[in-house]
Amino acid sequence: MTTITFPLSADTQKQRTTQEPAWIRILLIGLTLIFLTLFLFIPLISVFYEAFKKGADVYLAAITDPDAVAAIKLTLTIAAIAVPLNMVFGIAAAWAIAKFEFRGKNLLITLIDLPFSVSPVVSGLIYVLVFGLQGWFGSWLAEHDIKIIFAVPGIVLATVFVTVPFIARELIPLMQEQGTEEEEAAVVLGASGWQTFYQVTLPNIKWGLLYGAILCNARAMGEFGAVSVVSGHIRGSTNTMPLHVEILYNEYNFAAAFAVASLLALLALVTLALKTLIEFRNQQHQQRGHE
Amino acid sequence: MTIKKIWLITSLLAASFFISSSVLAEKTLLNVSYDPTRELYQEFNAAFAKYWQEKNNEKITVRQSHGGSGKQARSVIDGLEADVVTLALANDINAIAEKAKLLPEDWQKRLALNSTPYTSTIIFLVRKGNPKGIKDWDDLARAGVSVITPNPKTSGGAQWNYLAAWEYGKQRFGEDKVQEFVGNIYKNVPVLDSGARGSTTTFVERGVGDVFISWENEAFLALKEYGADKFEIVIPSLSILAEPPVTIVDKVVDKKGTRQVAEAYLQYLYSEEGQEIVAKHFYRPTHTKVAEKYAGKFPQIELFKIDDAFGGWKNAHKIHFADGGTFDQIYLK
Repeated sequence: MTTITFPLSADTQKQRTTQEPAWIRILLIGLTLIFLTLFLFIPLISVFYEAFKKGADVYLAAITDPDAVAAIKLTLTIAAIAVPLNMVFGIAAAWAIAKFEFRGKNLLITLIDLPFSVSPVVSGLIYVLVFGLQGWFGSWLAEHDIKIIFAVPGIVLATVFVTVPFIARELIPLMQEQGTEEEEAAVVLGASGWQTFYQVTLPNIKWGLLYGAILCNARAMGEFGAVSVVSGHIRGSTNTMPLHVEILYNEYNFAAAFAVASLLALLALVTLALKTLIEFRNQQHQQRGHE
Repeated sequence: MTIKKIWLITSLLAASFFISSSVLAEKTLLNVSYDPTRELYQEFNAAFAKYWQEKNNEKITVRQSHGGSGKQARSVIDGLEADVVTLALANDINAIAEKAKLLPEDWQKRLALNSTPYTSTIIFLVRKGNPKGIKDWDDLARAGVSVITPNPKTSGGAQWNYLAAWEYGKQRFGEDKVQEFVGNIYKNVPVLDSGARGSTTTFVERGVGDVFISWENEAFLALKEYGADKFEIVIPSLSILAEPPVTIVDKVVDKKGTRQVAEAYLQYLYSEEGQEIVAKHFYRPTHTKVAEKYAGKFPQIELFKIDDAFGGWKNAHKIHFADGGTFDQIYLK
């Protein structure tokens, strides 16, 4: 098996690589810690502090409020649709780019990155312009009573658009690195296309895929800008968690706003834990590959 | 962990999300409103649902959506299926009638009092003790006073603010000087939020600015939420009678079959019970009996009407807020 240099592989060499005196190292580490504390830990703690400031009752009431529950469900639903869709797309795109040679390949790679470079507000507006009542397909959709904008499909579309690059971007370098030899061998040995994918390709990319899916999920749940444009802000119906946080905050309902925000932060922490776990498993996987 | 296991877990998770999110169908109304009416309609919707249940033995859920008035109108034009719109000013509903043809252009004649069940006005909120000594509109144009007001391009409240300042300037300094006067006020504005509630948060929560040009109801609400020990209300010598109108969106209610309940919803706003809720949330009631009851709650101000001072909303919009209007001339300079 070829060596995999994975972007998230940790440095396994323990030897000293720096010759700087101790005080420089301490200074640098200290600065980093101060920075992290100021910009990461304190805000994170403050979210939980504000959420529980008025007691656990208020916290519970805030997250069991029907509108909050609807927002949580909607957010999970959106992620449950957007992440699998992007997994399929990500694998397909990475497969096409890594295993085949064709014209316009670089253009395709650039296009996959487009959602990263476009402002989320624009990502939302393009769907309003296409599917809105005054948009290209607006009157046709209205005649057939199909709702896209200001309903769940629009929010899914906007979320999928914003999160497209995560999985594809993770898989492309990985699959390029792995080359086509194993697949070629499988085909020579008589495997069908699906068998090749399921038994050769997928095991090779599974950790990268999961890592991408987790990042994709985190963004899908947290997306604000694009979703805000296509949501219509109907409480209990088209409000996702980030939008609900904003609404509560604007209603002077700070404890409730931070309670819902703390749920989002928790989701982020779970995501981080999963990511670390996957990195760890991947490292083990790699070490076994070396042996 | 094998791949099969991973797929199994993923699909199980996905399935459980879908099952849990299936929603029971029931009759709903959507009220698309402007920024500061959140608390008003939260209470009013519950009251109306109870009233409708008792009267017709039918369960109704009223959903609400809030934002800057112009932005909300834009959403309805783009297909947000509002059964009723309760916006900050007639011109935003005019836009829905003109651009999307979702309701007739003479919609404002359909309900009593120009389709305006409650009114409000524009006053100032200052920090406790009024450290900058703000008393009237001309104090806002002074150098060194930081003024908070939302963007008239997106916020209905901001347009009322602008027109009130304009009329004061016209009466005090004359037609020639008024644009310079209003321009001086807007030179003092550090941030233009897109909606009234955003501006309230900027002034109240983030502590930016010396004076906040605000809806009367929004100012009272801020006092109530934060206590009178932090802010003070200043009543200018002259202000505008703000008339936030309401109407049903014909194309939507006919498609959804909700015309009857939507009309009842708006009628209930005019009723004594509805007007009590209106007054409770610091909007000025129009029902004579309720208005008398709460007369002491609202400060006495000399109020002028937009129809008298500016010849109606269409005219005011064309001169002041359309592209190239006086606001653009002032702000883009």
